[in-house]
Amino acid sequence: MSRMLLERPRSFYPVFTRKEGDPTVTHYCPGCGHGIVHKYVAEAIDDFGIADRVIFVNPVGCSVFAYYYLDVGHIQAAHGRAPAVATAAKRARPDSIVICYQGDGDLAAIGGNEILHAANRGENLTVLFINNAIYGMTGGQMAPTTLLGQVTTTTPLGRSAATDGYPVRVCELLGSLSAPASLARVALGDAKRDMAARKAIRRAIRNQIEGKGFSLVEILSPCPVGWKQTPADAAKHVLATMTKTFPPGVVKDFPAQEGGAAPSPQDAAGGRRPPVPREAIPEILGLQSPATVDHGMETKPWSRLGIEPRFLDPRIKAAGFGGQGVLFLGTLLAEAGRLAGWSVSWLPSYGPEMRGGTAHCHVILSRAPVDSPLVSRASVLFAFNRPSLDRFLPDVRDGGLVIFDSGLVPDPPDLSRVEAIGLPATAIAGKAGSVKVANLVALGAYIERTRVLPEAAVVGALAAKGLSSQVADLNLEALRAGMRFRCAP
Amino acid sequence: MNPTLSENGDRRSQERLMKGNEAAIYGALMAGCRSFYGYPITPASELAETAARLFPACGGTFLQAESEVAAINMLYGASSAGERTMTASSGPGISLMMEGVSYAAGAELPMVIVNVMRGGPGLGNIGPEQGDYFQAVKGGGHGCYRSLVLAPDSPQEMADLTALAFELSDQYRNPALVLADGFVGQMMEPVSLPLAARVPPPRPWAVTGLPATRRNLITSIHLDHDVLESHVRQLHVKYERARRREVRYEEYAVADARVVLIGYGIVSRVLRRAVGLCRAAGIKAGLLRPITLWPFPSQRIAELARGAARLMVVELSTGQMVEDVRLAVAERCPVDFLGRWGGNVPSSEEVVDSIVQRMRERTGDEEHVAHVA
Repeated sequence: MSRMLLERPRSFYPVFTRKEGDPTVTHYCPGCGHGIVHKYVAEAIDDFGIADRVIFVNPVGCSVFAYYYLDVGHIQAAHGRAPAVATAAKRARPDSIVICYQGDGDLAAIGGNEILHAANRGENLTVLFINNAIYGMTGGQMAPTTLLGQVTTTTPLGRSAATDGYPVRVCELLGSLSAPASLARVALGDAKRDMAARKAIRRAIRNQIEGKGFSLVEILSPCPVGWKQTPADAAKHVLATMTKTFPPGVVKDFPAQEGGAAPSPQDAAGGRRPPVPREAIPEILGLQSPATVDHGMETKPWSRLGIEPRFLDPRIKAAGFGGQGVLFLGTLLAEAGRLAGWSVSWLPSYGPEMRGGTAHCHVILSRAPVDSPLVSRASVLFAFNRPSLDRFLPDVRDGGLVIFDSGLVPDPPDLSRVEAIGLPATAIAGKAGSVKVANLVALGAYIERTRVLPEAAVVGALAAKGLSSQVADLNLEALRAGMRFRCAP
Repeated sequence: MNPTLSENGDRRSQERLMKGNEAAIYGALMAGCRSFYGYPITPASELAETAARLFPACGGTFLQAESEVAAINMLYGASSAGERTMTASSGPGISLMMEGVSYAAGAELPMVIVNVMRGGPGLGNIGPEQGDYFQAVKGGGHGCYRSLVLAPDSPQEMADLTALAFELSDQYRNPALVLADGFVGQMMEPVSLPLAARVPPPRPWAVTGLPATRRNLITSIHLDHDVLESHVRQLHVKYERARRREVRYEEYAVADARVVLIGYGIVSRVLRRAVGLCRAAGIKAGLLRPITLWPFPSQRIAELARGAARLMVVELSTGQMVEDVRLAVAERCPVDFLGRWGGNVPSSEEVVDSIVQRMRERTGDEEHVAHVA
């Protein structure tokens, strides 16, 4: 009678059909650590019964072909980007078990930013970090973890701190972050150490199953070919030399250090809220069927019979200092115009958010669909300061309408070729309650003079802005004060 | 407005005034997109801001990535896991994403990338430009691949073409780019959206962490030369299919046009007005507006070249799309070019002046017209 004590893990393929060449041997060199780690991962997958749930993220480097060996779902990621890929896969599939497998160049050099931020977000991932202090697949170049003095093809005289910096200690680096649940360093090299590595890998996977958050295991691993050593010497080198720079141990572990509470800011669902049925989306987005009454304004077009032909289809520019509400005025014109049945467009000047800037916008109200939203020849100009008036007056066509703040521009340039309405908008607004609503005063004067918009459309547009009732009232008061201003025709 | 976009005859919502950048997010959510990964940049930031507000409310994911490099790889992960996903950026950020787009094309992953183009090269400025045309339509990243490229001319199309980009992207298992510009992104116009959210098609190839997809593999590496050759040939066949089926454009007043203006995005709006101004001045002008920049409406342009006295391409660049127009025209008629860049946009009047000036310069013009007719 015999009993099987050891067998190949079921989630380790028996033959490697995805691989070229002999399908019964791996592509890893003799003495390489990857095979051992693959085996421990496969055992854990079997033992935890998660083979159907695993999404394994293959890196660039020797282990780019982990998908030859592990019978689970695989995504092959760009160099260094595995934690970003894994982040989104996990968030898309919170019930999956996402295992990121990365080498030292991948994780600590080109992908330094991705691992840092995945760890800092506390993504509920398992990261297995194979540190062999060299670039194996590309032929033995320096890694960020290459030891001082270590000879590689790009450090032919040995790594020098002066020119190449020091070996990067990833666990310690990530240990300064609040979010990671577990950070541990282990080494491969003898049976005892191997078993410790196995245990750490299983723990990092179990953490994810239990929703505890970001777990990383750094595995010091031999690369006999890259190091130009025998497998036996390479194993000794890991334990005797590498561990001096990279001391094995637990850098961070939440039950020991945090009283059992997972520090991950994320819940098991990875921050995702419960699924929302498709049918609910339009309502969440506030989409209304066309029959609905729009902001209390009936959607019939505003009668344009009373509008003088020269005021029809206005092409408007509004300009002033940042803070004078020029862009707001433009959006109100557009919204009110839309409610009154015009085709409308609004195009802002936009710039860096810097102090002391100027702002202007283009607004078009048109009976026909709007062609170009750019107002190159304006029929209406709102100018709230002298520089705006000087800059944009030449763009106003002959006989156009120019509305400017006569309080701020007491001595305007020659306006004889246009119809000018100078009104002390800022002063009127101040009397109405706030100089900030000078824009509405000017708008009031405009609609009173031209009849392009009914007051109700502006009221509707203000309602659509979702302002507090106090602010909305102030705006309306200013609008009406502007409408009362007697424009000399 | 555009017959190609109302092809499924969806019931549409009441119009709402919104920025192009906002509209793209609404379009995406109605198209069944459930994650947005991105990094802020002017003039595209409203996409991320609107997504931050709306994706979680719709049960989806919004994540501000640590970089555009991370963002595009998050799309790679989300798409691999079977989710409709998107990002948005502008020139400098899009350049950073190019590696990821190449990987996604190689691994045949659908995803939507919105580029709200700004002035370049380098940091350039944040004004509107169309200098990323080459990057978008010629590949951008390494290797033999194409992106599907759609060019909206309005906030309405920011919504509609973003939604269409998701459909095409899934259909062809390939990244789709929405190539907008600062003005189309920043401007507001009334936008109407479909009232029924789309159900994304099944993705049996995805890696979902469910039993059915356990043997699936998403990768772009094929070490064997013959295997890679055959893989890329299969991509090429797919691109040829897109070339035959997915060309979209809009024409305006071309039937009797002697001058056909060609422009996309915000420029096409300027040109539409210029056509009206030209016709008022007795010049028979028309407009062809490519909606798909890749595949490009080369065939239609070749047809127009047979009928029109001249073509004039207007771009916010020193001349990129004009090269594709000239390839299509193959010297059948003169192709003029008018470019502004650096954040400047030509006015409709400037376009008309340029047409008039060139007509005067070319004395042999009438003869050419007679010959072609």
